[in-house]
Amino acid sequence: MGTALNPSYFMVLSAALFAIGLYGALSRKNAIAVLISIEIMLTAVNINLVAINKFLTPEAFIGQIFAIFVITVAAAEVGLGLAIIIAIYRNRHTVDLDDFNWMKW
Amino acid sequence: MDNVYSLLAFVLLAGMILGSALLVVTLRNLVHSVLWLIVMFIGVAGTFLLLNADFVAAVQVLVYAGAVCIMLVFGVMLVQRPNMEHSNPINWRFKLAAPLVGGLFIVIGLLTAKSQLVVSGQEVPAQTVQALAPILLNDFVIPFEVAAILLTVALTGALLLVKEVKANGNGS
Amino acid sequence: MSDWVGVALFLVVGLVFGAGGLLTSFLIHPRSKNKYKLETYECGLPTEGPSWIRFKTQYFTYALMFVIFDVEVIYLYPWAVSFENLGFAGLVKMFIFIFILVLGLWYAWKEGALEWK
Repeated sequence: MGTALNPSYFMVLSAALFAIGLYGALSRKNAIAVLISIEIMLTAVNINLVAINKFLTPEAFIGQIFAIFVITVAAAEVGLGLAIIIAIYRNRHTVDLDDFNWMKW
Repeated sequence: MDNVYSLLAFVLLAGMILGSALLVVTLRNLVHSVLWLIVMFIGVAGTFLLLNADFVAAVQVLVYAGAVCIMLVFGVMLVQRPNMEHSNPINWRFKLAAPLVGGLFIVIGLLTAKSQLVVSGQEVPAQTVQALAPILLNDFVIPFEVAAILLTVALTGALLLVKEVKANGNGS
Repeated sequence: MSDWVGVALFLVVGLVFGAGGLLTSFLIHPRSKNKYKLETYECGLPTEGPSWIRFKTQYFTYALMFVIFDVEVIYLYPWAVSFENLGFAGLVKMFIFIFILVLGLWYAWKEGALEWK
């Protein structure tokens, strides 16, 4: 294998980043922190897409197109998520996810 | 020789990304988390450059590090109480989450080690933007227009949520 | 790959430049330690209340509009770069795209999201 870059390096990096993001999403109480962790997970997916684009199908560019769409969806998701959090905060005065329990029964 | 530099750049960028991502999910102060998130996004943009995806790297810096992080900081400003030091507590599930996430990482690592990837060996064409545009506007034209609808719906929906709250939620 | 060596060099020089200024000032600045040094206004009135006030929702509205139209720009850029190859069909597709986003802008304008109240 030598010193040349290998797709598995990038996949392991992406898996580690995804695991960190998942840990953040599961272990935080603050709703904004969970949104940030979801952003980390989406970024990990982007690394995977672009790495596969480079190493497996460099002429097709499908991976880069998908990465751009993922970035678009992530931006829209953060905007809506923060709007929902601000709306809940104005009514409930909390951003603690453990207090968001009024849809349970 | 070029390979050695690429590998060195990869190791440095991976350390930067993983270190700042760990800081993002472990720091107690939410504002510091968002600032380290910017460092992580810039590291990811460097990784994209390493993968010959210069347009995606520019988009990463422009959208994530430039715009999304600004919006997150404003969101933190709008909802936080005075004591920022403990603005980001961890809940009881972190004991459960740590082994789960570790197991997930090990499983993905093993699957990656086992998988046989057919590396094409060709170089990415040098002009990525010129190659992206026809694909985006011909093959992917429906997702392209749907992206516009998604952005419009996100804008109107978020404005509506914030607006409605301002109309009837000011007293408390 | 070698195109980015310049960028990396620029990054290193920038970091050294910024850190060097801070380090030099840390090494040579005069030190005096008393509790008045740490106040917000050293020779002024004592401050009252917390400095962390609630901000207006307008900040978020502005940031949201910025993000949405920032994402629009990333679609406009590849189209603009290869405008001549895409021809009239590309122009029509892009105008549909912009029209849909202008609907969102029109709604935001109507709702007063662009005003600072």
